[in-house]
Amino acid sequence: MKTARRILATDLPVAAILVFALVPWVWMLLTSLRPEAELTRAPVHLFPDVISLANHIELLRRTSFAENLRDSLIVALGAVSLGLLLSLPAAYAFARLRFRGHGALKTGFLMVNMFPVVLLILPLFVLMKSLGLLDTYFALIMGHATFTLPFAIWLMSGYVAAIPPELDEAAMIDGATRLQLFVRVLLPLATPGMVAVGIYLFIASWNEYLFALMLAGRNVRTVTVALQMFIGENEIHWGLLTAAGTLVALPATALFLIAQKHLAAGLTGGAVKG
Amino acid sequence: MHARSLPWLLLAPALLATGFLVLLPVADTLWLSLHDVILYRPRSQPFVGLGNYIALLDDADFWESLGHSLVWVVVAVGLQFSLGFTAALLLNRAFPWRGLARALVIVPWALPSVIIGLVWTWMLDFNLGLINTLGLRWGLLDAPVAWLAQPGTAMLAVILAVVWQGFPFFAITLLAGLQGIPKELYEAAEIDGASTFNSFRNVTLPSLAPVIATALLLRMIWVANSLDLILVMTGGGPGTATQTLPLYAFLKAWSGADYGHGSALAVVLAILLLGVVSTYAARANR
Repeated sequence: MKTARRILATDLPVAAILVFALVPWVWMLLTSLRPEAELTRAPVHLFPDVISLANHIELLRRTSFAENLRDSLIVALGAVSLGLLLSLPAAYAFARLRFRGHGALKTGFLMVNMFPVVLLILPLFVLMKSLGLLDTYFALIMGHATFTLPFAIWLMSGYVAAIPPELDEAAMIDGATRLQLFVRVLLPLATPGMVAVGIYLFIASWNEYLFALMLAGRNVRTVTVALQMFIGENEIHWGLLTAAGTLVALPATALFLIAQKHLAAGLTGGAVKG
Repeated sequence: MHARSLPWLLLAPALLATGFLVLLPVADTLWLSLHDVILYRPRSQPFVGLGNYIALLDDADFWESLGHSLVWVVVAVGLQFSLGFTAALLLNRAFPWRGLARALVIVPWALPSVIIGLVWTWMLDFNLGLINTLGLRWGLLDAPVAWLAQPGTAMLAVILAVVWQGFPFFAITLLAGLQGIPKELYEAAEIDGASTFNSFRNVTLPSLAPVIATALLLRMIWVANSLDLILVMTGGGPGTATQTLPLYAFLKAWSGADYGHGSALAVVLAILLLGVVSTYAARANR
């Protein structure tokens, strides 16, 4: 009796929400597995008559999509490296050191989070063009790493602050320099934080569209921009498009499932600690 | 190394990058917004003061896009929050497959906006879309609907897509917040004879308030600024039916090649957001 009530009040509503959350994903996957002929036939059959990988094979053999995946991977890994390099020292300063302007600066970084991309994309385009960096990996990596920096610093300082300060003091008493302290004590302990921030940076860069569209797009074309090539004047190649969509979605989804606990804890941790 | 310069040394890379790639372009946009800048007329860029801003007052498209932005933010964030909060409360209860459900609920959040836009466009397709197919089969629709081609339904459709994208964010952050509420508070409420509703109102909501506030603020800023989903699904159309303020600014500057006007629009958006955020922060700190 109690179980029946639980199923009615909890299991069923959860299932309904999950159906809403998953149907578009599943529909994308099912579409990508249909042969082209089945895609243009109405009425639509909910499940494919034949399952075929023809779209995925054509996508990787006949189009530039494999190169686009490579470009996205290079940009995302670059953004992760640069983002960690920039955010870790800053997070250490915010979490461990007291200095004039500490609060104002921390708020300032969060305010940067608020600027609309449209506010800076045009001058950024002009800037990159004048520096000759337009359509390079470097331009996109810089753009992605910088734009995600405020949140990366916020997330990271939560992790650094959670490392017991007694460890610093113990190391200092043992005669360690600040650098030794940073490398030998803090860095290993901050590894979970770096993984979480790294995954956040990777997903943000992998999924980003507007910078990738404006600052690159010809030589360096990431997957989100490349999807446009399946959208023709009069028709959209839904088979190829959804095949590309599933390939793009897989790594980000997998990483998200791994990192979700850390990201959520970071979000709420920052909210409570301010 | 002096202790006093250490923090600045550590912050320098982050500050430099932010200065060059965020603050400088923002200042540049402010500057551009005071000039008459047309892309294909690079030699003549006269200073017009607040001319671009004053022109906005008479620009019907501006007021329309502002109204769309308001609907977009309020309805989308409101629905994301309601659905996300419901999901969080449900996922906080005990049931056998809870771990799996918690993992799966975030799937939409992981997808790029561009793909979300395209998948929903496909689902809303007139002839071959899942929504029309099921709607007809279940008798909910009499005839297929061209969701994205009609002004009345296009806004609904893009909001549906952004609600799908954003509700997991609320579900996950609010769930983490719920898990942080000490069990003793609920036990005490139970001893005092509080009903489920009362302990929700007097324990859950107050404990969760800071998390709710931060999540709402972050999401609101994000939704207000986002334009890729709409750009992909409707491009602001049909006509200008789904053109929000950031999209209008982008299209004006980019397709219209009118940098001055577009910059002014972007600045107005930033000022409006700044106003909302500072009001919000002032209230939160009181």
